[in-house]
Amino acid sequence: MVLLAVLALLMVGAPAAFAAGEQVQGRLVDGSGNPVAGVVLVASKQGGDAGDARSGKDGRWVIPLTEPGTYDVAIRTDTLPSGIGIREGTPDHRTVDIAEGETKNVLFSLGEAAQSGTSWLGSLAQHLLDGIRFGALIGVTAVGLSLIFGATRLINFAHGELVTLGAVSAWVLNASGLHLLLAAAVSVVLVGAFSGALELGLWRPMRRRGVGLVSMFIASIGVALILRQLILMFFGGAPRSYAQYSLQRAITVGPFSITPRDGIILVLSLAVLSAVALMLTKTRIGTKIRAVADNRVLAEASGIDSERIGVLVWVLGGGLAAAGGIFYGLQELVSWTMGLNLLLLMFAAVILGGLGSAFGAFIGAMVIGILAQVSTMFFDSELQVVWALGLMILTLLVRPQGILGKRERVG
Amino acid sequence: MDILAVFGDALRSSVGPQAAAFALVAMGLNLQFGYAGLLNFGQVGFMLIGGYGLALSVTRFGQPLWVGVVVGLAGAIALGLLLGIPTLRLRGDYLAIATLGAAEILRLSFRSAGAEPLTYGVLGVQQYARGFYAANPFGSGELSLFGLSMTGTQVWIALVGWLLVGLFFAVTFVLIRSPWGRILRAIRDDEEATRALGKNVFSYKMQALVFGGCLAALGGMVLTVSSQSITPDAFSSELSFFAFAALLLGGRGTLGGPILGAMLFWFLASGADSLLRQAMSAGGLGGTFAGGLNSGAVRFILVGLALVLFMLFRANGILGAKQRKPVGSDHA
Repeated sequence: MVLLAVLALLMVGAPAAFAAGEQVQGRLVDGSGNPVAGVVLVASKQGGDAGDARSGKDGRWVIPLTEPGTYDVAIRTDTLPSGIGIREGTPDHRTVDIAEGETKNVLFSLGEAAQSGTSWLGSLAQHLLDGIRFGALIGVTAVGLSLIFGATRLINFAHGELVTLGAVSAWVLNASGLHLLLAAAVSVVLVGAFSGALELGLWRPMRRRGVGLVSMFIASIGVALILRQLILMFFGGAPRSYAQYSLQRAITVGPFSITPRDGIILVLSLAVLSAVALMLTKTRIGTKIRAVADNRVLAEASGIDSERIGVLVWVLGGGLAAAGGIFYGLQELVSWTMGLNLLLLMFAAVILGGLGSAFGAFIGAMVIGILAQVSTMFFDSELQVVWALGLMILTLLVRPQGILGKRERVG
Repeated sequence: MDILAVFGDALRSSVGPQAAAFALVAMGLNLQFGYAGLLNFGQVGFMLIGGYGLALSVTRFGQPLWVGVVVGLAGAIALGLLLGIPTLRLRGDYLAIATLGAAEILRLSFRSAGAEPLTYGVLGVQQYARGFYAANPFGSGELSLFGLSMTGTQVWIALVGWLLVGLFFAVTFVLIRSPWGRILRAIRDDEEATRALGKNVFSYKMQALVFGGCLAALGGMVLTVSSQSITPDAFSSELSFFAFAALLLGGRGTLGGPILGAMLFWFLASGADSLLRQAMSAGGLGGTFAGGLNSGAVRFILVGLALVLFMLFRANGILGAKQRKPVGSDHA
């Protein structure tokens, strides 16, 4: 159905506390003039995020800024309520110049999907589909995290940055003229190689020096900080989209509606996950990976080179993270913080499913994805991570080994 | 390039209120991680509770400042208990993820629209500590000592911050030499053995978590009162990692380590910022990078490098013994 356009203007009374400061603001309304609440808007400046805000119950939003300058204000389309989208042909981000002490209104045109009166059940079905899509995406990235933990016992805090690196390197290749598919393939290989190099150049020497696991854990945070800031320096703070990216009209089947792009990504994610599952269960190398994760000493005694498996798992984990990052960047936007945003969800998925179990990570990711999306039916979409993390802590309380984890003493 | 000005900037922030606040947070972390071996990656959650406990008591409930301090500390104790019960029985890496998650839950909840009637949402609270500054004996003019100048208000909050650091240095000194401190170190070095000796390991860990959390809450108060502003997004998880970096720099499990580390951390961070600003105004370095060469980014990269290099070469920090087996290695 055709989308109905609308404005988004209206002066908002600036809160007294910020009367002197610079800010951008606006009001989001849908096709029939009703306010749209809970939508996240992000202001960024060359060099980083400058602030964000979420529209309130009256549709109003204000982003206070710390200094004058040129800002890019983007609307996070994934936080729009279902049935509402950016009006076709209008941008989802705008550039504004803010002078000293200035308050500027920024307008976004929102359109309304025609069937506004969907039933509760229909809405649940739609959120379930979105949840499976999101869960599959988390799964692709989280499996690598779990495999790496299984083989090396290291919780890789830099895994989120591998996701970002994948999305960003694909963007750079894509922007320099390569077709997206080719760019994605090259980027997966590159990040996989980079990840393997990290194991060979940093983690293995650390293990050889007898550095404890906790220390390596902290070092991985250092690696994450370095990578994230380097990406920010070279890629910039503004979110961007791929060249072959375009807004698509959703295909509706019964209560489900999904854009062809998201549908393809869902199928691809599930295909990647099935391929990993087949590899782990049906091939010799997969058996070796599982053996090392299960009992490293026993695996070594049976003639498995666990060091080689370690490198392999890092390469595989990096490649999977990159693939997940590209999927994520296609569904939303490529930005330097995307991996960080996903990291806690990956942790939640891996702990829920059982640390070190690849299949647990699939299941955990699905549960987390569905929980995150369905929670937006009842609560603020900004809080979806809160529910996921809450479930993770609850899991630790009642079944610390996770759904598929081995019953071992974890305390 | 004015090296002296760079040095002055660095020195000023190494004794400023931020360094004092960081010293408090790192001292708390030292108790938890340095002495008891607890991997708490959610120290920023305690800072948030402390800062907001103070700010909201004053603004929302019209209470005097000291009530705010009590509320902040009570909040930190409650958070410590709440967090400790599900996680302290678990292995260290689980604790790390759970605490990181809990801190993020707090930040997201405080900035959500639903909590706005209490927390003022993303905009936070500004200018709430007038009562504190009314007691400032230094006036608001510039004060200068050995060529270092600082405003009177900054000197006032820094003084209070460092007095707190001194007080808790003494408290930690006594505690660590007491039987209580010995058991804490025993848990860090071999939890099973300590349990076998009949000690209630869980209870000791909980006490360390709660006490360290209270120190972080005080640090959060000093930090937010000194900037007269508190917003949820000021408490991102990076702050916990900064505290880790400061502690590891100085030396975990040593008394002076967190204090030295916090001063050194701010010395290096501000020195790097200042140096970069000068380099940028001297030559057009800034244009080289797509994202602009922003000084914050350099600070993060330095912190990251410090974490990796210290873990690789000197896991016990500057004040720590070099030969000792890395603290809390395999089964922490």
